[in-house]
Amino acid sequence: MHAAWIILAILVITGFLLGNHKAAVLARSGKLHSRPRYHGVFIALWSLFPGLMVVTLFALFASWTIDTMILKDLHGTVDQTNAMEQSVLLNKVKLVAENKMTLNEDMGITMETVLRMQTLNRSADTLVTALVMGAGLLGFGYSWNRIHREFRARQEVEKMVRILLVAASSVSLFITLGIVLSLIFETLRFFASVPVTDFLFGLQWSPQTAIRADQVGGTGSFGAIPLFAGTLMITGISILVAAPVGLFCAIYLSEFASPQVRRWIKPALEILAGIPTVVYGLFAALAVAPAIANLGKLTGLDVASESALAAGLVMGIMIIPFVSSLSDDVINAVPQAIRDGSLAMGATQAETIRQVVLPAALPGIVGALLLAISRAVGETMIVVMAAGLAANLTANPLQAMTTVTVQIVTLLVGDQEFDSPKTLAAFALGLTLFCITLILNIIALGVVRRYHEQQ
Amino acid sequence: MSPLKGTPAQQKHLAKRHAASRRFRWYGIAGLGIALSTLLLLLATMTFKGYTAFFQARIQLTIPFEKPLLDPDGNLSQDSLGRGDYRAVLKNALNHAFPEVNNRNDKLKLNKLLSDGAPSQLQTLLKDHPEWLSTSQEIWLSASDDVDMWVKGVVPRDLPEQARHISDKQAQWLASLEENGRLQLRFNSPFFLNGDSRNPEMAGILGAIKGSVLTLLITFLVSFPLGVATAVYLEEFVVKGRWSDFVEVNINNLAAVPSIVFGLLGLALYLNLLHLPRSAPLVGGLTLAMMTLPTLVIATRASLKSVPEAIRDGARALGASPLQVVLHHVLPLAAPGMLTGTIISMARALGETAPLLMIGMVAFIMDIPGSVTDPATVLPVQIFLWADSPERAFLEKTAGATLVLLIFLITMNALAVYIRNRVERRW
Amino acid sequence: MKNSFTLKAKNTLPSESSLPPGAAGAGNDPVKMDSNNVNVYYGTKQALKDVALPIRMHRVTALIGPSGCGKSTFLKCLNRMNDTVVGCRVSGSITLDNEDVYGPEVDVVQLRARVGMVFQKPNPFPKSIYDNVAYGPRIHGMTRDRTEMDQAVETSLVKAGLWNEVKDRLKEPGTSLSGGQQQRLCIARAIAVNPEVVLMDEPCSALDPIATARIEELIDDLARNYTIVIVTHSMQQAARVSHFTGFFHLGELVEFNQTGIIFTNPKQERTKGYVTGRFG
Repeated sequence: MHAAWIILAILVITGFLLGNHKAAVLARSGKLHSRPRYHGVFIALWSLFPGLMVVTLFALFASWTIDTMILKDLHGTVDQTNAMEQSVLLNKVKLVAENKMTLNEDMGITMETVLRMQTLNRSADTLVTALVMGAGLLGFGYSWNRIHREFRARQEVEKMVRILLVAASSVSLFITLGIVLSLIFETLRFFASVPVTDFLFGLQWSPQTAIRADQVGGTGSFGAIPLFAGTLMITGISILVAAPVGLFCAIYLSEFASPQVRRWIKPALEILAGIPTVVYGLFAALAVAPAIANLGKLTGLDVASESALAAGLVMGIMIIPFVSSLSDDVINAVPQAIRDGSLAMGATQAETIRQVVLPAALPGIVGALLLAISRAVGETMIVVMAAGLAANLTANPLQAMTTVTVQIVTLLVGDQEFDSPKTLAAFALGLTLFCITLILNIIALGVVRRYHEQQ
Repeated sequence: MSPLKGTPAQQKHLAKRHAASRRFRWYGIAGLGIALSTLLLLLATMTFKGYTAFFQARIQLTIPFEKPLLDPDGNLSQDSLGRGDYRAVLKNALNHAFPEVNNRNDKLKLNKLLSDGAPSQLQTLLKDHPEWLSTSQEIWLSASDDVDMWVKGVVPRDLPEQARHISDKQAQWLASLEENGRLQLRFNSPFFLNGDSRNPEMAGILGAIKGSVLTLLITFLVSFPLGVATAVYLEEFVVKGRWSDFVEVNINNLAAVPSIVFGLLGLALYLNLLHLPRSAPLVGGLTLAMMTLPTLVIATRASLKSVPEAIRDGARALGASPLQVVLHHVLPLAAPGMLTGTIISMARALGETAPLLMIGMVAFIMDIPGSVTDPATVLPVQIFLWADSPERAFLEKTAGATLVLLIFLITMNALAVYIRNRVERRW
Repeated sequence: MKNSFTLKAKNTLPSESSLPPGAAGAGNDPVKMDSNNVNVYYGTKQALKDVALPIRMHRVTALIGPSGCGKSTFLKCLNRMNDTVVGCRVSGSITLDNEDVYGPEVDVVQLRARVGMVFQKPNPFPKSIYDNVAYGPRIHGMTRDRTEMDQAVETSLVKAGLWNEVKDRLKEPGTSLSGGQQQRLCIARAIAVNPEVVLMDEPCSALDPIATARIEELIDDLARNYTIVIVTHSMQQAARVSHFTGFFHLGELVEFNQTGIIFTNPKQERTKGYVTGRFG
């Protein structure tokens, strides 16, 4: 692989220099259409792209191809239907081939396979180097021949750059497409073993019982209602915390605070926004949950050590800066003229804010809150570390509850058999999560956008 | 005419209104107070629980570097020194330090005062100083995590003996060591130089930091060019229409997709479909790049937007092509803003945990990764892993690693704020 | 509905004719607001220098001058709207009925209730027409019940000459009106709190000529009951609507006199140059 990159770099640099030179020589006999530099860039780009495409495709697909070939070799020793065992063996072959592990008898692989892996890796390297060189030289040759005095190198380069930009901007579309396709594909496979209705309306969530091979997709154990309830409860608590606090922060910062105060407070809120969720999770587990449990003891309430309340509170703190910065933008977008109009009539500042500014900003604030809800629904680490795993269907925030994101993590962390309904369930949950947040986002972004257009 | 103060009735009404206004202002201050005091509480909790992780209980022993035990081949080669019996040397040193201990059970307990990693510490030292062979040296060695907790006072000393890990006898030995100045809290170098370990006193964050660096490198290399190209295209080249609207809506929505969904995509795409190596920074970086791309595009577009149209018009009027306008004028002027946006997105990627759990970066990995295809973990995931560990000693490690992560993040954010305030041009 | 307005405008003619522009004896009207040695600084920049200008009761006082001359700054001093501008300092004395409006005991809220303001661009609140007008009486607690409020809203809208146009659509948002109607709504909103003085900051600059004419008629009409100060960039407008005119230039009050005198026989060279259009 390294050799391929080096060759590519050499090709691009020499391409640029040679093109520049050829054009400069041509320029002596008459005026060029484009400046020599563009000829150089033209050749460099033509040398780069074919090679780059080869390397990228190779990087993405080489290991898959090699794995498939090795697995064919392992045909006799491995149970074809057991994906888990396959990947474990494959991993061993890889480690030995890279000299990270020494081969011994009870590994279930032979030296032959290892050697074959090494050969394959080596020939893959040679192949990609040769291919890059070939592709690069082809591109170089093609572009070299096109250079002459009348050649519109600048236009050609700009056309290529434009194509590049279009390609780059379509990557985000492919990401969305990838999310949708992968989630839907795995979810459909999940629903092949567990009925949709059981998943959406079932009241029991205990995926552990269903892992035994003889009762794949055990009935009723994949009911996601308790997860939805937990997500709703924790999100609700967090919004109850974040909405008033965040909103009042935004109001104070945009309407009352002096510029000096704003200059110090805003970065502080940004720090709050920049704290990783895993730290919030630790904070919840380390400080907030024990505090709530102690408080419960004092008041005689029965509080679980991993209560929904603790997770919700900390999540609320996490989204305070989110709510406040979005609302701040929205409130600042309210025209000053309206405030002046109200103040000039002898309204106090609070009256102006409550009766004029906030009603004007309301749609934007609603949008901000919807985005905050979507953020809370998709938040993972805080709940993983503080909310617990038990799928309780309860309305008591002092009990442990679990959420969609927590279950995705528990289902997928650790070595899993990829095809079991248990892991596939994670994708079904992921799809649900994606749909919920997508709907919230579309509504929120629509509302905010319309609001800004109005102002 | 009523004076400016108004009639008594008006004054009463006014006083009420002003009180309401003050109250409202106080709600704002209270809101900020809640937000900022939680921030302080969080930072204080982490500092308070975490700063002890930077220190470690160490025991000074007189180590007799006996040649027959430590250099079995007798040629001072690294290989030969690597096969020495350092455990035995430690035992001798302890026997020498505590001649009164001769009961087998007690000797075992005495041994437990030192870290399980002490032999390998000795080995590293000897490899660096082969001239120490056949001499005796005063060496500071890491104590076990139980001793560490005992010295730091994390475990209350008045607990009944069976409820604590340090027995009365061990406590006595420690007291005598302390008296002789042979038990001290010293700078915890293993914490900064080691990879993960099952022994809390040997566990360090270097592996995780290096994993984070490699992962971020991939994220940056993939998302920065793509993000800038997308933003430039959408802001400077595209004809506003259905296509650009579609791309824009898509990016805005993608920016709000929960990070864990990107993890699912990474799992399905890179691991299951393309068979890229599990737990590797390569896959982690690619996954985070997909997550970072939309925020990067949005930030870059904002800074491109802030460049006034007049500058583009000026360049166009001189006959510059669209590409030249962008390359010569718009990008240089938008660069500080783009830099700020990039730093902030990278900081976000650095703190991200959930998607990396999906692609197997949660494995227990002792080795320090050397390349982007080696199995590795990252700092936030390391925190998550340690937070889950039952050993008491991992608690301070967790908080300590959190402090390190926060220092990185706050530095990055402060840098971004600094650039925004100082370098960014205001039009 | 247009008829009723013109009718009202005609009704005001006698009162207006009692004081023809430039009439002698006009200077004897009681002074509603007075100002002396007013200096205003924005940071280190001085925006007004030693301005002294009396505002006479139930008369229209126009402030003219080129842009940036300080006329709007002076206007905003009168109801302390400058307070909201960061770094703005005011010295000197401005009085309302012989009471210093910058005095330590003065409540700006109370002051602004008595000295209302209409802005350059119409700025109706994003509320219904009714609520726009009812806003002032409501915050100041001026009405006791719904009927009184309805009455107050109607009176204000009638005074602003807008009632007939909006009486059937009071629940529609204020922003749904045309520009001229919006500005009259803002005037109705301002007079709904029964101010004694109404400040107008270029109230017609964002309006078309027809809407402008209606506002000017309205100003004439209002002058019977209110003291009006209007900032305008249009000399014709000042000549048409005002009884007194002050000419500002570079932060100084160059000349202040009855409107007729300013426009026909100014004492200062600079005033002459400006009103004859040699600069501005």
